[in-house]
Amino acid sequence: MTPTEFTPLSALLGGGLIGLSAVLMMLVFGRIAGISGIAVRVLPPWLDGEAANRLAFLAGLVAAPMLFLAATGALPAASYAAGPVLLVTGGLLVGFGSVWGGGCTSGHGVCGLARLSVRSLAAVASFMATAVATVFLLRHLL
Amino acid sequence: MPLLLNLLLGLIFGAGLIVAGMSDPAKVLNFLDLAAIGSTWDGSLAFVLGGAAAVTFAGYRLAARRPRPLLESQFHLPHKTAIDAPLLAGAAIFGIGWGMVGLCPGPAFVALGTGRTEALIFVPAMLAGMLGARLLALRGIARDGRA
Repeated sequence: MTPTEFTPLSALLGGGLIGLSAVLMMLVFGRIAGISGIAVRVLPPWLDGEAANRLAFLAGLVAAPMLFLAATGALPAASYAAGPVLLVTGGLLVGFGSVWGGGCTSGHGVCGLARLSVRSLAAVASFMATAVATVFLLRHLL
Repeated sequence: MPLLLNLLLGLIFGAGLIVAGMSDPAKVLNFLDLAAIGSTWDGSLAFVLGGAAAVTFAGYRLAARRPRPLLESQFHLPHKTAIDAPLLAGAAIFGIGWGMVGLCPGPAFVALGTGRTEALIFVPAMLAGMLGARLLALRGIARDGRA
């Protein structure tokens, strides 16, 4: 386990930027900034003409570390505890679950809670509960 | 124009995740590790989610004053309100995967941009899971004859 520092100010600042992106997405395009919904609609079948726009948004996410590198001279810090088996299993579950449940931390978490959606609140409670239980199991019981 | 704007919005979103420290799976897992409250627990994620939701709450109220978005003819808002089994089960499954690795979809794409091997393994698996869920859901809609 890698210890991390509690950073409330940069957390609020980063959260503010995420909020800014979500607000502009609504103001300009009238759409929810939900990453799982955006990502899955980049894949076929393409049911509307928006796949290229969604791909551009994802390209922005992928390019963000390069922007950070240019600004600070270093890539963002990241340390992983998961090996290949957990990475593949976790990836499959994150992908399947977020689409089956109609959203992830951005769509249900940020945008849904901001719309005071009880449905999204229920989703957040559900994924927070199983995520906490999974970390407890992996870190303290196995 | 819409393409460039979407690219810019993705960049802002990704920069926000990085500034917030959410591109580091250790920071996410240390938040989810409630048994470590008082020792190695890191509460930052609550401030990220709270800050993002607060800004979005205020901004959505301003956006809703407009009859339509700037570049489209209407708002595309989710219409479902039911707290049904797919919602709760899907979210629960998502949470298990999130707790295994510490990556959710946004940070996963940011991680891909760092070229880390872990992301090169995680993201294709995530996309496969997404595609599987969508195809299953579309098949269900076709069978039940409703949207």
